Amino acid sequence: MSAATARATNTDFVLAVEGLTVSFEGFKAVDDLSFYVDEKEIRVIIGPNGAGKTTVLDLICGRTKATEGSVKFRNKELTTLNEHEIVRAGVGRKFQTPSIYEDLTVFENLELCYPRGRNVFGALFFKRDQKVINKVRETAEMVNLLDQIEDSADLLSHGKKQWLEIGMLLIQDPALLMLDEPVAGMSVTERQQTAELLRRITADRSVIVIEHDMQFVAEIADHVTVMHQGKILAEGTAEKVKQDPKVIEVYLGH
Amino acid sequence: MFSDYSATELGSIFAMQGFAGLILFAVFLLMALGLAIIFGQMGVINMAHGEFMILGAYITYLTSNVFADYFPALFGGYFFVAMVLAFLAAAALGALVEWTVIRRLYHRPLDTLLATWGLSLLMQQSYRSIFGAREVGVEVPDWMAGSFQVTDFVELPVNGLFVMCIAVAVTLAVYLLMFRSSWGSRVRAVVQNRPMAGAVGINTAKMDRMTFALGCGIAGIAGSAFTMIGSTGPSAGQDYIVDTFLVVVFGGAASILGTVASAFSISQAQSTMEFFLGGSMAKVLTLLTVVIILMFRPQGLFTLKVRK
Amino acid sequence: MSNFSLSNLMTRQDVLGFVVLALILLVVLPLSLDVMRLNQVGKYLSFAFVTVGLVLCWGYGGILSLGQGVFYGLGGYALAMFLKLEASSPENTSIQSTPGIPDFMDWNQITELPWLWEPFHSFGFSLLAILLVPTVLAYLIGFAMFKRRVSGVYFAIITQAISSILTILIIGQQGYTGGVNGITDLQTLMGWSIRTDYASYVFYFVGVALLFVCLFIAQFITKSKLGRILVAMRGQEDRVRFSGYDVANFKIFVFCVGAAFAAVGGAMFTLQEKFMSPSFVGIVPSIEMVIFCAVGGRLSILGAVYGALLVNVFRTVLGESFPELWLFAMGLLFVGVVLAFPDGLAGVYQKYAAPTVDRFLDKAPLFRRWPSSTSHSEPIKAS
Ligand SMILES: Nc1ncnc2c1ncn2[C@@H]1O[C@H](COP(=O)(O)OP(=O)(O)OP(=O)(O)O)[C@@H](O)[C@H]1O
Ligand SMILES: [Mg+2]
Repeated sequence: MSAATARATNTDFVLAVEGLTVSFEGFKAVDDLSFYVDEKEIRVIIGPNGAGKTTVLDLICGRTKATEGSVKFRNKELTTLNEHEIVRAGVGRKFQTPSIYEDLTVFENLELCYPRGRNVFGALFFKRDQKVINKVRETAEMVNLLDQIEDSADLLSHGKKQWLEIGMLLIQDPALLMLDEPVAGMSVTERQQTAELLRRITADRSVIVIEHDMQFVAEIADHVTVMHQGKILAEGTAEKVKQDPKVIEVYLGH
Repeated sequence: MFSDYSATELGSIFAMQGFAGLILFAVFLLMALGLAIIFGQMGVINMAHGEFMILGAYITYLTSNVFADYFPALFGGYFFVAMVLAFLAAAALGALVEWTVIRRLYHRPLDTLLATWGLSLLMQQSYRSIFGAREVGVEVPDWMAGSFQVTDFVELPVNGLFVMCIAVAVTLAVYLLMFRSSWGSRVRAVVQNRPMAGAVGINTAKMDRMTFALGCGIAGIAGSAFTMIGSTGPSAGQDYIVDTFLVVVFGGAASILGTVASAFSISQAQSTMEFFLGGSMAKVLTLLTVVIILMFRPQGLFTLKVRK
Repeated sequence: MSNFSLSNLMTRQDVLGFVVLALILLVVLPLSLDVMRLNQVGKYLSFAFVTVGLVLCWGYGGILSLGQGVFYGLGGYALAMFLKLEASSPENTSIQSTPGIPDFMDWNQITELPWLWEPFHSFGFSLLAILLVPTVLAYLIGFAMFKRRVSGVYFAIITQAISSILTILIIGQQGYTGGVNGITDLQTLMGWSIRTDYASYVFYFVGVALLFVCLFIAQFITKSKLGRILVAMRGQEDRVRFSGYDVANFKIFVFCVGAAFAAVGGAMFTLQEKFMSPSFVGIVPSIEMVIFCAVGGRLSILGAVYGALLVNVFRTVLGESFPELWLFAMGLLFVGVVLAFPDGLAGVYQKYAAPTVDRFLDKAPLFRRWPSSTSHSEPIKAS
């Protein structure tokens, strides 16, 4: 344990996950998992369905409480914090199914995520000043939604909802961005536009992406982590992982 | 506070009090079982549950009158006929309610609560119009009117014992039906994954209707049993509803064993405190304790973790 | 673009709505009703305080409380206790075996004023208590429940249990509370008789003024970012956490606001009806207030006022001629509103009348320039 603790206190990593375990009624969905993400790194997690990928993100962002292990973000332990505290520390999370506020407009969706006035009275007396408006419009432009900024979010297409959610994360300006299958269910053109978008927004932050599309993975990944049954099966560059016989057997082979 | 009583007196007081507690347990259990199915399995809030019980009670009342008038020789056995009729009537009405109201509201649980409250008002007023505002009591058959003399001080009323037997029988039946029959496993399949259950060929709409009807039918049996220990009025159902929901929620909504345990602990707590503090304070303290425990353990006492 | 200017707080339809309501309550009704009827309207309006709070909690926040009667009752009782002590001066109660305490205490062989009652000799304390006791209780309940993420149906059931507890307690402890009859025979407020016609008029207008204060607060909340967070939370509670908000605090806040509004309503009831009793605390009145709100429209603060008014007028009319039909009507109202009109009267207005009114406003000189929508959206769909 002491060696692990020594590593976890290493300040070089943005994110240090060590010995992370969660068990649901005895079933270990994530089992003694350790990995490290560097500053500005793009890390892709792949693996078969049910491997525990989403659960890892759930554990990092506080949605599920870990049974054991530690998650350190810039040397701050996350496992004891609440979801909103983790967000405020600088971790942003996009969900597997697009999750936006359907009753609000695109503008309001983005504005709601703008990191100011986050406590009760701050929100009550929040002022929509020029700075907020500019930032919202700038973000909307980045995710190609400026034309629809006054539209109600439930009118957007599936792909655009995904973009809006990415925009909602961007406006929080997180140091670590976690994306769960950002191109799933998108058309080919939307996919390309999203890849393009991701390349732009990942430039100055660390990113963890879960993805099944290997071509897409090879395009964006610095490092790939392959998960299987809650454990790490292989780790390395996309090229290296693709050729790993174990990975081919459980994941890529069919 | 004990010094005024002799040891034997104290012993029999506790015995009697314990027995009173057991009757209360049987009552709570009967009230809660139907709701445990409807709320626990289907997630539907049926605020008219008490009125379905009252329906069972009125059916029993009618049956006893019919027997007294036309089959006086068979009067001793009318109750068993009444119980079956109560079940059928309540279940039929339940199916009708599910079909007209509930099925439109499955995705709006809070609205079901309001709609079924409206239903409870309609049922109450119907009872009042049909049976009058006064409480009615049924004539208990002779064999149920006596009591067992256990010791000099302790005697156990037969009707109380009878209600307990019904509670045990109904609990067993529900357990077997829900957890040991293929019908039960289909109900649970629908609850856990509706689209999937539909995809493997279960008629989910029909399952919903039958489950709801079953829960209401059990309420009918409960109401029928209650006529043996007390009288019935048109708005008596409303007095049950808070207790019933608390028993179910406290037990952890989806488990029969939890419902039994929670009915037991709440009834024992209440009847014991009643002896020392009087009815209303006992009730207040029991409810308060349940509410406070629920604040610390919102999922109830006996639940498994499930994925949201 | 300041957030605090009126045009940001209200659309022109909102302004029109406020003006029309003010005209009805301040001009039309006082001129057309006799003092007894007006007093009745005042009583109905005391429920409107609760329903406006419910719009915030339930319509916006998705928190259905079936225990608003608790807060209404506590507010009403706090004032009733003060008034009762004033009515129970030693001179007024000299025939009692213990003069100077409320009559029901004397009947219950209590010989000394309970400590809980002592501070209610002070008017200032009583006013504070009207607001603070219910709000603090709401805070405690809200804190315990929302921090543990109890919500939805469970919250509804627990609040219902709480209202049941308080009712049993009040009825059971009659020596301290007046029991099932409540606190009656209230006579004067600081020496000034509350039973004159003049007093009735004063209380009516004070009630309307306070209602408008609450309406403005509610309007401000719904149009603020906090209002939008509530709307967001109702559908996607989890997502709001991941936008960096502590969801529980927002729920606690609206629940407390709803409780404070209800308490003011309860106090206004006490003033106008000259008594307070447990029949306004229990589960039946609590859930009835929810239906007033649903009839008006759970997402419309003005609708909530009309809901409280109309259902109660309807009840009075029906109760005077066909009392046995009332429960049927109420039952049908519950079922019908939920099934057919989940957005209540406000929803009907939005759908059928609002477009015409808007076209009319385009031509009206006063309103032409007023924006037809604030830059903040107003949700009109029920979830
Ligand atoms: N809260 C929970 N309770 C019980 N089991 C859970 C819970 N969360 C996750 N699991 C289980 O853990 C396993 C891993 O699930 P997870 O969603 O992380 O997989 P995944 O790798 O994201 O799969 P996919 O590629 O399909 O998205 C699954 O078997 C799932 O059923
Ligand atoms: Mg996943």
